Amino acid sequence: MRTAGSDHQLLIRLRARDEGAFTELVQRYHRPLVRLAGAFVSRDELAEDVAQETWLAMLKGLDKFEGRSSLRTWLFQICVNRARSIGERDHRTVPVEHIEPAVDAEQFSPTGAWTSPPTPWPERDLADDAAMLARIRQAISELPQLQRLVVTMRDIDGVTSSEVCQVLSISEANQRVLLHRGRANIRHGIDEAVIRR
Amino acid sequence: MNVIARFARRHDLTCRRAVELITDYLDKALPGRQRADVERHLSRCPHCSEYLRQLKATIMAIGRVDSDQLSPDVKNTLILLYRRNEG
Repeated sequence: MRTAGSDHQLLIRLRARDEGAFTELVQRYHRPLVRLAGAFVSRDELAEDVAQETWLAMLKGLDKFEGRSSLRTWLFQICVNRARSIGERDHRTVPVEHIEPAVDAEQFSPTGAWTSPPTPWPERDLADDAAMLARIRQAISELPQLQRLVVTMRDIDGVTSSEVCQVLSISEANQRVLLHRGRANIRHGIDEAVIRR
Repeated sequence: MNVIARFARRHDLTCRRAVELITDYLDKALPGRQRADVERHLSRCPHCSEYLRQLKATIMAIGRVDSDQLSPDVKNTLILLYRRNEG
């Protein structure tokens, strides 16, 4: 994902009613917006609707946007606010985050040493394997909501930790805990797939 | 136990603790001494080093799950949205 600097240039062009700037922003952020909304609503088409409403809200609010946050953060905040209210109407249960250790507790002895240490994985790139990528997508979709949001923004969309905190209104410490647990859960899913082979 | 051994023992992390700190370590969010404790632990513990390798491979793979481009249909819908709003 590109830098906030180039987003700033796009903002200037957008305010000058440059359609090309809008198209570039859409290329850059539409899929991240759909992913973000997808963590709050139950159906893909609702997530797509939320993303479209986000673009419309951005266009309508453009002249009032003071630039206190980056354009990307503002867009993501609009999306989260909209997705939250639609998610509530959609009766989507927002799971209460259950803070569990990153690794299964039984893998450590009472003194904190590994009892079931990680088995080395094959020396190839996981992403070169289509079945493994599908497994990873599934593992992401099965994460508790906040873990999924943080992992998606940080590791797929390349959003900074401070922007994630702003968008989701969480502390830096919570952001890191959620990121760690999300990544650890996905590592666990990959590990199970590797062991089964 | 001499002074150096006592110091080393005080700063020895358990594997459980080292694993808990790994994301903070990768994010460079640990204070200097705690970072040094994690590095010392990783240099001595093959299991936690393997865990770190696997977590890095996991992060790399997560970054590649979405390789799809925006579909032309969706892009056209959004451009129409822009034109309607501007018009």
